[in-house]
Amino acid sequence: MKTRLKASPCWILILLLAVCFTLATALQLRVAKRNNPGQSNNVFKLFMGEGRRLFAHEFYVMADVYFHSGYYPSIFDKQESQSDVLGAVRGESDDDEDTTNVDFFGAPKDWIDAFGWKFRLDQHTHLSSGDQREILPWLQLAADMDPQMVQTYTVAAFWLRTSLHNPKEAEAFLREGLRNNPDNCEILFELGRLYNEDYHDANRARNVWVAALRYWRAQSDDAKKSVENKRLYDAMLVNLAYLEENAGNWPQAIEYFEMAKQVSPDPDAIQKRIDEARQKLAEQPPASNAPAAHY
Amino acid sequence: MKFVSKIFAIAGVVIKELYRRKDFYVLFVLTAVITIAAGMVHFFDDPKIVNYLKAICVLLISISALIIAIVMAARQLPAERESRTIFPLLAKPVTRAQVILGKFFGCWLASGIALLFFYFFFAVVIGTHEQSWPVLNYLQSFWLQWVLLGVVTAMVLLGSVVFSAPSSNVTICFIVIVGILLLGQHLNTVALHHSEPLRSVIYTIYFLIPHLEWFDVRDRLTYNWPLALWMDCLLATLYAAAYAGLFLLLTWLGFRRKSL
Repeated sequence: MKTRLKASPCWILILLLAVCFTLATALQLRVAKRNNPGQSNNVFKLFMGEGRRLFAHEFYVMADVYFHSGYYPSIFDKQESQSDVLGAVRGESDDDEDTTNVDFFGAPKDWIDAFGWKFRLDQHTHLSSGDQREILPWLQLAADMDPQMVQTYTVAAFWLRTSLHNPKEAEAFLREGLRNNPDNCEILFELGRLYNEDYHDANRARNVWVAALRYWRAQSDDAKKSVENKRLYDAMLVNLAYLEENAGNWPQAIEYFEMAKQVSPDPDAIQKRIDEARQKLAEQPPASNAPAAHY
Repeated sequence: MKFVSKIFAIAGVVIKELYRRKDFYVLFVLTAVITIAAGMVHFFDDPKIVNYLKAICVLLISISALIIAIVMAARQLPAERESRTIFPLLAKPVTRAQVILGKFFGCWLASGIALLFFYFFFAVVIGTHEQSWPVLNYLQSFWLQWVLLGVVTAMVLLGSVVFSAPSSNVTICFIVIVGILLLGQHLNTVALHHSEPLRSVIYTIYFLIPHLEWFDVRDRLTYNWPLALWMDCLLATLYAAAYAGLFLLLTWLGFRRKSL
């Protein structure tokens, strides 16, 4: 007598789900291997394709709008030469009166304009005392929209580590930036600053900055000529020089200062540092003048 | 006294429409779902980040309130005409001015009730995230936004006697209102960049339009700005009342001449 097996729909459904799950786990590995590691996959890419990059800049600007608590010029008003969220990252003091004295709107033109100002913020202020956290969602969104927009990573990391004292998240975000932009010297430079200033790990900072310097030099000649790139090169060299100074590696520090002098906007100040370093070097006993071991 | 009671009797019918139709529920649920979903996202493991949530929620509230006010006001007079209920209404001792005023107050109060629900939701969501309850700021923002909806309602009622179909009225009014909100305050700057006679034309538009952007209070809530002076709010309310009165007068003039 034959026994007929009868499968219930519930068991068939469970079986199909199990097959789907197994296939998904197996295929995921293959897809991940096939994908370019420099390309980020996220929900925005899935739904918007490459068009999402158009919105990245808008989100980045939103971060700057939040940084000004909404006091921000429209396309009809006087514009900023560069966003203030980025200015602070580049070493321009946030307390600097030059940045907050800018009046985007000018005097009211008529009574309607004047009365309208009674309902708007009329002072150029910047977020402070930890409130800078409010710019972060927009920077995260900008990075999601355009993973190749490098300044979103450096700006977010800067505020995370300096104002919010969260170097762990800053490092994670910079590493995400590096995954999406391998060998980017700007992100590496910011990572080096994080190691040096927050973790006080001079060795790791040195290694990262030296790598950043190497990638900077590997760029095309045209790329090296841009003002932004020269500024970055100058900053990397000066930071490396200070690092070597603190470590007592005077010859190396002098070498970095000499290189920085060629691109620095203030070569006299650099020359002064070189003279001081030479003096320190001369004061040292000859045995300690050996070259730094990290090369 | 009878004059006013008739107006509020008509307004009462309009308010009932708010909870009979699905517009408010759909917009409220949509706003709530999007806000709650946005509130569940954590950026950089920092639970104190809340301004983005305020911006999203208050933007959704502004859009929803505008849609409710425009759609509700736009269908009042055409719906009465289409269903022919305008005849028994006017057969009663009710003047056309009372119909217009009743419809206006009904739509304005209904949009106010809807706005109140939205603000209550906003206050609860932000209060639980931020642990602060700036009730006066919410009250002032609510008032200014409700005043804005009053001008919008009067403008759309005027549109409903000018344009033949409610759909065209809704579309045109929505474009005009959003245009005023986005560009109204910049028209004087734009005028300066043009030569005559375009400059005078733009300036005339600038001085003629109701400056609804004064009442757009989203930034006040998002960036925690201090309260605006109550005297300025009162002056702005008078300004809005003047425009709403003008639009209603024009609506009445148009409606009086219109054959039903």
